[in-house]
Amino acid sequence: MPTQSESQTSRTTPPDPDAAALRVSDLVKTFQGRGEPVHAVRGLSLAAHAGRITALLGANGAGKTTTLQCAQGLQRPTSGTVRLLGADPWRASPDLRARVGVMLQDGGLPQAVRPGELLRHVSRLYADPAPVDELVGVLGIGSFLGTPVRRLSGGQKQRVALAAALVGRPEVLFLDEPSAGLDPRSRQLVFDLVQRLRDQGTCIILTTHLMDDAARLADYVYIVDRGTVAVQGTVAELVSAQRDAPLVMSVTLAPQHAAALRADPPWRSPDFAGVEWTVKDRTVTLSGPLTPELVREMTAWATRDDTLPEAMSVQPRSLEDVFLEVSGRDAR
Amino acid sequence: MSAPAQTAASGPEPAGRRRAASLARRVLAQARFETMTMVRNGEQLLLLVILPVLALVALTATDLLDPYRTGDASRADVAVPGILVLCVLSSAFSGQGIQTGFDRRYGVLRYLSTTPLGRGGLITGKLLAILAVLALQYLLVAAVALWLGWDPSPGAVLSSLPLLVLVALTFTGLGLLIAGTQRAEATLAVLNVVWVALAAGGGVIFPAASLPGWLSWLVGWLPSAAAGDALRACFLEGTVPVASVIVLAVWAGLSWAATVKCFKWV
Repeated sequence: MPTQSESQTSRTTPPDPDAAALRVSDLVKTFQGRGEPVHAVRGLSLAAHAGRITALLGANGAGKTTTLQCAQGLQRPTSGTVRLLGADPWRASPDLRARVGVMLQDGGLPQAVRPGELLRHVSRLYADPAPVDELVGVLGIGSFLGTPVRRLSGGQKQRVALAAALVGRPEVLFLDEPSAGLDPRSRQLVFDLVQRLRDQGTCIILTTHLMDDAARLADYVYIVDRGTVAVQGTVAELVSAQRDAPLVMSVTLAPQHAAALRADPPWRSPDFAGVEWTVKDRTVTLSGPLTPELVREMTAWATRDDTLPEAMSVQPRSLEDVFLEVSGRDAR
Repeated sequence: MSAPAQTAASGPEPAGRRRAASLARRVLAQARFETMTMVRNGEQLLLLVILPVLALVALTATDLLDPYRTGDASRADVAVPGILVLCVLSSAFSGQGIQTGFDRRYGVLRYLSTTPLGRGGLITGKLLAILAVLALQYLLVAAVALWLGWDPSPGAVLSSLPLLVLVALTFTGLGLLIAGTQRAEATLAVLNVVWVALAAGGGVIFPAASLPGWLSWLVGWLPSAAAGDALRACFLEGTVPVASVIVLAVWAGLSWAATVKCFKWV
């Protein structure tokens, strides 16, 4: 994955904040419902740049969709500011909206219309649209161009929605859960296209709950938790071995040995305070402050138990580990 | 595969910035798109065309409207004004209301309001689509009615046009208000039930004055009754009743003000 200017990027500051295509500062969005007010976003700041893929990760209800909606001009912030290509998206002019493409999570497609008609219609809203036929070819939607949207599969709808977001050849592209419902082949197709757009200079902002997607695509990641940015950085930085709890160790054993290990785990000693462990089938996974002493303790245990582990590994944390750590923080 | 992608999304800003199509082009494109969607839907076609025409035929084949005939007016003469209002109810209120309700549920309104069309362009496009469909309905009803003995004065036909636009504005406002604040299923149910209630007893086909006592007074304030009265006066007496126009204008103002304030786009 190209890293561009990542090397100069510190974990807490995105690159060149002044050059951001999208800048969200101290965004607060409170919904006044019938009961208690709902604080969907509580002081969130982020920046997204041209030629980069910026990912917002977060559990359901973390506030990422509301943040995107404020950035797209669909919601009015309660307080804070949003600048999209230098303007307020809530009052965006048609010409500003022409520079921005939006693919919504639920597609936003009229159900009775056929994809071909819809794309041709949307292209008429732009002065200089992308040729519809070419988008149709790139995204492989030619075979169902004449099928009413309501009869398309989820993955087909996703591709039509992406085509609709690209018709205006946007400088800023919002993708809400872009790979939802896609089979592996379509997913690859969409990923290739998104990466090509990034390389051509498009600012891409995507939300996802799939860590794999974020790890593969994103140049910069914001993990959103309870309406604010909990952690941010490049994927490499987030999973970096420089952090406090960098590693995960997993050990897979034959069933009777796995049971023995569970009954008398060597990491019970006070020397290894803070080590957390989970068991799934025959695999024990340890995380927390892992040390060479713990690895030695583990191999010593295997020697005592006279067993050779089927698999044993020490790995950096995955993005998912980071995500679970952050979004699980005293929430549940 | 890379060649088309190059065109589909070429560099950041090669030949100047992306621009929106002109306002007229955007709104007309949306009007065309909405019109096509409205007239292609089977259920909508029943509501827009078949029911009004059936009602027209039924009213001229029976003596239901005979008590309201004056002078040398034919049954068709008495029926057509109400049928035209019924057409507006079908296209502006139920038809577009239901379509908007489902567009809202499927995120179509959200998506389109992020395009150069925007919220204002979207609503203007819908309004123009309603007027286009209404024009088609008018032509069709007129053709059938002429065959059934309708004999309007050209002046009445001419002055019915601005009246119908006002009626369409009023019912579009009311339909959008419901579509923009209720769930799609609730919108569907409410709009259909209200269509039937207004068609039967809302002063559309039978004047509100024909209803008993206080009910007549109450129904008389409804936009449907004001619309029926205005169109009947226009065609049968050659006048434009100011009171009915004021009632309609007040309903139009209130419904659009409420729609602008309460419509939930997200």
